[in-house]
Amino acid sequence: MSGDTILGFDEAMAKYDPVLGFEVHVELNTATKMFSSAPNVFGDEPNTNVNEVDLGLPGVLPVVNRKAVESSILIGLALNCKIAEHCTFARKQYFYPDTPKNFQTSQYEDPIAYDGYLDVELEDGTVFRVEIERAHMEEDAGKLTHMGGAAGRIQGADFSLVDYNRAGVPLVEIVTKPIEGAGSRAPELAKAYVAAVREIVKNLGVSEARMERGNVRCDANVSLRPYGREKFGLRSETKNVNSLRAIEHAVRFEIQRHAAILDAGESVVQETRHWHEDTKSTTSGRPKSDADDYRYFPEPDLVPIVSTPEWVEELRARLPEPPAERRKRLQADWGYTDLEFRDVVNAGVMGEIEETVAAGATPAVARKWWMGEIARRAKLADVDPAALGVTPAVVVELDRLIASGAINDKLAREVLDGVLAGEGGPAEVVDARGLAVVSDDGALQAAIDTALAAQPDVAEKIRGGKLQAIGAIVGGVMKVTKGQADPGRVRELILKTLGVEG
Amino acid sequence: MAAINRDDVAHLAQLAHIEMSDAELDKMAGELAVIVDSVKSVSEAAGADVPATSHPIPLANVMRDDVVGHVLTAEQALSGAPDTEDGRFKVPAILEED
Repeated sequence: MSGDTILGFDEAMAKYDPVLGFEVHVELNTATKMFSSAPNVFGDEPNTNVNEVDLGLPGVLPVVNRKAVESSILIGLALNCKIAEHCTFARKQYFYPDTPKNFQTSQYEDPIAYDGYLDVELEDGTVFRVEIERAHMEEDAGKLTHMGGAAGRIQGADFSLVDYNRAGVPLVEIVTKPIEGAGSRAPELAKAYVAAVREIVKNLGVSEARMERGNVRCDANVSLRPYGREKFGLRSETKNVNSLRAIEHAVRFEIQRHAAILDAGESVVQETRHWHEDTKSTTSGRPKSDADDYRYFPEPDLVPIVSTPEWVEELRARLPEPPAERRKRLQADWGYTDLEFRDVVNAGVMGEIEETVAAGATPAVARKWWMGEIARRAKLADVDPAALGVTPAVVVELDRLIASGAINDKLAREVLDGVLAGEGGPAEVVDARGLAVVSDDGALQAAIDTALAAQPDVAEKIRGGKLQAIGAIVGGVMKVTKGQADPGRVRELILKTLGVEG
Repeated sequence: MAAINRDDVAHLAQLAHIEMSDAELDKMAGELAVIVDSVKSVSEAAGADVPATSHPIPLANVMRDDVVGHVLTAEQALSGAPDTEDGRFKVPAILEED
């Protein structure tokens, strides 16, 4: 499919200056649709969350969802935008079966929010300001499944099946101004920008912000120009790139592809591109054409939205602490180093650690669990740590059981197995599985005597004061007791047996 | 001077998926030109201080609460469809992706 020549990234960057632009669609988590009272729920049986308005049946009258408008204003405020005092809806006409009305209700000339910015922090702490052109309200389209042909691709499909459950779900489309000056950090900035938008809408509580479900979707515009030239080059628009990693890769690929075209003295085709995760490349979608003449006109069935200063200020007062400030505060509270904190953020467990600390764990304990055992298991299961099913309360209880000597770290991992297998809370699992440490000194003494007898030379070293040799005996005892002993207590008993002062 | 000609009408017809005969295109080009000219005279009458009207009724903020209301069953939703499969609308494959 992709026969595109590409230039090495470093070479491309040495010759050309990239200009980026993003359109990010955010699905709002309202209970109902943008213009109808049908439920906004993901994953239900097809065509069970629709009514006449969503199906575009004749004679229906859409009515705006107040909460969706408020969520849109909140997003605008969080992106440092101005909020329109007066704005309208418009019809964007196109013919495609994902929209049963043959138009999408959107906003055109007067978006609800405009002229904002977002300060995006790159991995090394560099802050890059991305200017926001606008954020406007619209509705999502239905979902098409292409049947027949090759593996669900539209090429060669015999027919398509349509589920309109998603049709009419409230969307906010956030459009940036052209982003200049990112240079070789363009791919990284692309990823960081979308991550920042995702974090903001999640923090606002206005979207589930799950990219794998399409709650946040990104179209990435890329163009190149020779350094020093003001005029932008021709751009490509890579559609629906749906993971943070893919956004970084797609921007990088497009820079390399454009560079090869320009190097060959040819001209970039202004077109949409499709991202392919399997080949980490894009292929041509369709060229921009007459079909892009959407013949927008004001939506006659909806009246304008007028925002009073009182309404906007009431919403502004509801804004949560901005994510960047929250991070600074939490790092200071927890006393993590920059590196530790960055790892926590990149692992996506900052919120989980915050809740775990709030539930009573120390920041160190919370980090140990979320970055250690839980992260390891999440990686194995290929899910986010938060999605594994470990709650902050479980972490706190596990830690309490360890601190009280009821279990040790090794047993705690087994307890976690039980919790994840649905066997109950940690204490219940300890009881049910008989995982409490062996605290019966008689049983321990027998194991110690056996271990000492098996390694008389080690016993002699310990008697001679070489206390570091004790590890071998402790290890032997732990093995015999299948890890169900408290190593501290074992050590004490060994010293006592040998008559050595600890 | 008409702001719309026969080619414009043919173009619009294509965008709107309306099939029109040559005779219809000729006729509509003439009629639409008159309409566009009429609209233009309204624009001339309205000064720069008059905002464009998007709606004839002076209303704003007609909104509803975010509460689930009327919803159809899949059977009802599909009842008017020419063809269905697996609880979904069945449509011809359309190669124009967006």
